[in-house]
Amino acid sequence: MKAGSNLEKVLEAGHFAVTGELGPPRGNNVEEVRHKAGYLKGIVESVNITDNQTAVVRMSSWAASKILLDEGLEPNFQMTVRDRNRIGLQSDLLGATALGIKNVLCLSGDHQRFGDHPEGKNVFDLDSMQWLALCKKMRDEKKFLNDKELDGSPEIFIGAAANPFGDPFNFRPMRLAKKIAAGADFIQTQCIYNMVKWREYMKRVVDMGLHEKCYILAGVTPMKSVGMAKYMAKFVPGMDVPEEVIKRLTDAGKKNAAAEGIKIAIETIQEMREMKGVAGVHVMAIEWEHRAKEIIEGAGLLPRPVVD
Amino acid sequence: MIVGDSKPLEEILEMIKDKKQVLVLGCRGCVTVCNVGGEKEVGILATALRIAVKKQGWDIKVGEMTLERQCDPEYIEELADPIEEYDSVVSIACGVGPQFVSERFPDKRVYPGINTTFIGGAVEHGVWAERCQSCGNCLVHNFGGLCPIARCSKSLMNGPCGGSANAKCEIDPEVDCVWHLIVEKMEKMGRLEELAEVWPTKNWLTSRDGGPRKRVREDLKQ
Repeated sequence: MKAGSNLEKVLEAGHFAVTGELGPPRGNNVEEVRHKAGYLKGIVESVNITDNQTAVVRMSSWAASKILLDEGLEPNFQMTVRDRNRIGLQSDLLGATALGIKNVLCLSGDHQRFGDHPEGKNVFDLDSMQWLALCKKMRDEKKFLNDKELDGSPEIFIGAAANPFGDPFNFRPMRLAKKIAAGADFIQTQCIYNMVKWREYMKRVVDMGLHEKCYILAGVTPMKSVGMAKYMAKFVPGMDVPEEVIKRLTDAGKKNAAAEGIKIAIETIQEMREMKGVAGVHVMAIEWEHRAKEIIEGAGLLPRPVVD
Repeated sequence: MIVGDSKPLEEILEMIKDKKQVLVLGCRGCVTVCNVGGEKEVGILATALRIAVKKQGWDIKVGEMTLERQCDPEYIEELADPIEEYDSVVSIACGVGPQFVSERFPDKRVYPGINTTFIGGAVEHGVWAERCQSCGNCLVHNFGGLCPIARCSKSLMNGPCGGSANAKCEIDPEVDCVWHLIVEKMEKMGRLEELAEVWPTKNWLTSRDGGPRKRVREDLKQ
């Protein structure tokens, strides 16, 4: 055991894991965090707390993570390298783990040009790969980047993200291998809609034996509407939404599009459960936390296992 | 100008050790002016490499050439014939040079022979200093003609910080506190009052932070 987090225990025990996601509010509205957390309690192993996602300023991810802990949920503390240099990153990791946070997800972060403060400077002192390696070093060697000893080291289950649909496609499995070599214990992927391409990606990943070196959680996001599907297909970088998904939602009619989106998500999860190398799913019901249960239950994944 | 520093000879030797024909390629632009990558420096580096290669007992032919500029495809094209005799190039232009050369000649290995350090000027003979960070939105006229973005270690626009002592920066007693200089200059010009105003946050979109930059002049495009 590296951190003894619930997520780690469930994966170690060989269960098909489920993680959720919660976006902190654009203000210090604690109730909003608690409210959203309520929908996810008991239906997932742990919950990703996004770090100023899409570069829009929100309540800090470590603080929202702490609120989740207090509510009896386990957070996956997301940390991007966009806004903090090596001093800030290491310091925040120490602070977060001191508060009891055990899962950390190391990310590059969307460029600030996408967000609500596009005029800002970017940091990117370390990249996500280097930050992964540093998290591992701080945990395993109990040292800072500069090799100085830590006075108390973080016990963390280290996560990373992967986008199987980013270009160039051929390089993606190799980049995943790099993240694992750098220190990733688990991987959460970008939302998957193109199952043909995903199967090809996973085949290569399994051929490389990467699924045996870390836990791969497939990303699933339910489509709320045709508009959302079209927006994601067109404007979200590295997102692959096939025409057939848009067609299914369109054919369902405006009234039933959301239900169809949930149905697609359930089918996707069921397919993931049968797929070699997939250790679980990461259900990102963005601003739709109250529908997460329907999806997870629909996929036959409730109740969640309890591992001591 | 763009100012550079020669890479250590050992580093260049390590790059070329398994090559057979190496062309040391200079540039008559900025790097000639700052005495790091012009025709003279091509000669010096090529000679040093030949001596070192001979000493190591390696079989490497070292050639010399200097282009008018390495940041312009028109001049890079002059390499088309001569480069045939080489398997690799050590460019001692700024970082643009190795990229333009390897883009035009994808089969050749192109190595950087210098480190590009900053945009600056000669402050005395043999001494160059940083003056510009190419933030893309010049404001020097507001600060007595001194750039706080490039010359303050914290890029403060409302300095000096508490670390300024004896007109020097807290990072190094050799480094001038540009804010000390700004205050002095503005005072001398009778403009000190202007510094009372709080400078608002800067828009860094025009700087590297906004992503790689490109300049398009429609009137000049063919």
